[in-house]
Amino acid sequence: MPMIQATDGPIWRKRTPLKQWLIWGGWLVGLCIAVYAWQLISEKTIWMFVWDAPRQMADIGTRMVPPDWSYMDKLWRPVWDTLNIATIGTAIAMVLAVPIAFLAAHNTTPHKSVRAVMLFIIVGTRSVNSLIWALLLVVIVGPGVLAGTIAIGFRSIGGCAKLIYEAIEEIDQTQVEAIEATGGSRAQQMVYGIVPQILPTIAGVGVFRWDINVRGSTILGIVGAGGIGVQLNASINVLAWTQVSMVLIVILGTVFVSEYISAKVRGAII
Amino acid sequence: MSDASTQYADTWKKPPFIKNSVLRWLIYLGTVTYFFVALYTMEVNWPRVAEGIPRGIDMLSKFFPPDLSDSRGVILDGILESIWMAIISTIGGILLSVPIGLGAARNLAPTWMYLFCRSIIAVSRTFPEVILAIFAVKFFGFGPFAGFVALSIGTIGFFAKLLAEDIENMSKSQAEAVRATGASWLQWVNYAIQPQVLPRMIGLSLYRLDINFRESAVVGIVGAGGIGAHLLTSVQRYEYATTATILFSIIGIVIALEYTSGYFRKWVQ
Repeated sequence: MPMIQATDGPIWRKRTPLKQWLIWGGWLVGLCIAVYAWQLISEKTIWMFVWDAPRQMADIGTRMVPPDWSYMDKLWRPVWDTLNIATIGTAIAMVLAVPIAFLAAHNTTPHKSVRAVMLFIIVGTRSVNSLIWALLLVVIVGPGVLAGTIAIGFRSIGGCAKLIYEAIEEIDQTQVEAIEATGGSRAQQMVYGIVPQILPTIAGVGVFRWDINVRGSTILGIVGAGGIGVQLNASINVLAWTQVSMVLIVILGTVFVSEYISAKVRGAII
Repeated sequence: MSDASTQYADTWKKPPFIKNSVLRWLIYLGTVTYFFVALYTMEVNWPRVAEGIPRGIDMLSKFFPPDLSDSRGVILDGILESIWMAIISTIGGILLSVPIGLGAARNLAPTWMYLFCRSIIAVSRTFPEVILAIFAVKFFGFGPFAGFVALSIGTIGFFAKLLAEDIENMSKSQAEAVRATGASWLQWVNYAIQPQVLPRMIGLSLYRLDINFRESAVVGIVGAGGIGAHLLTSVQRYEYATTATILFSIIGIVIALEYTSGYFRKWVQ
């Protein structure tokens, strides 16, 4: 803690003057960026529409109640599809992510170049939102549940493999050495030394990712990749607001249930 | 010592991950049944998929080389718009999150306020940013302002929740010490709570900036500004070389952001 000598004794300060100025400078730069960004955004905004928003909200809000409960009959199928997209997508991702994670972790990778390729796959699939994957896959395999499932799977490979390979890198190496000392081959070292240590992580990551994917798969229908998003988009396009509110309630319910299940299962595993 | 006649197993089996054998077999059976039913009910137009394979190869071949010319001059503009949108919505979201996060901390707020703030958080966490963006576009018109609103609301669900949890887990003794000096509520929050949660919150805001950029790249698909609109147009016009440019720039920026934010987070903590 710096001390300044003044005429009437020392004055204590939390920071040195230089540090204080640097912090002020940081805030100033941050503020300038914020103002500049805001200016660019507001240039592209039609403010008339924004001022009109409260009226729009009240209008659409009143049109949305009461929710069209009878529409539920047509929503069971999309909800089932949504859950399938999330579950099968996660399963595909996990099946691919585990070997990729083993090839990417520096203590199990066969070669540095393999590791680089695997890290590239992890980063590449992780960086692209599942909606973008879905957009491309709809062109390739056609609209429907399959495109959504593959999109969710693709996006999740990176997300899962990253967490798993970090877990592999952080294992207790002594257990692997113990297996090696008994004369175990490299494959046996992995199966008996590494896998038991990371199995809880793998299960936890799978459930965690599934929860995220349920949320993600509700929107894929916007680009035609199946699930409840198709109904949401259709209802919004024909301005059937009572149906829209019904779909929103269903999404809310689905996500809550998936979050509850995921929290319960993770609690049981860890 | 045990009885000499006791039979010990002379083989060893790996202990199963789930110890209760009934539960284990039920889970196995349930999983197999589920996948069977799910795959059976999945509607897949296989002829269309088969037709798609050459299309996919065609698309990939057009990806290389990416069309870097940006002939209409919209790609750079769209990407910059996405970046600015991510920055401003992170700031806006945090400004909204602080009061909500304080209200959602069990040890700070009265029960009615706690429940109110927690329900705001729950709703904004449940709906994906893209759904929020659809509604923002309906309310505020097309353009980045709608994206800003959607991403700010999305930020609340993330930031306010973690802030509230951090406040709930803070060290009580510091808070009591400041309270004992006769500090007002504001002074108490500023001197007892803020220093405890600030470092982690700075880290989280950088992390959220990262997430917001990823989302700001897609909200354009529903008309909420940013690069997403151009991505959608390029796919619809079969201009896959342009699609590749946009895709690779998004990946590049996401990686760059992830490294910088990771570096800054280490530096702050």
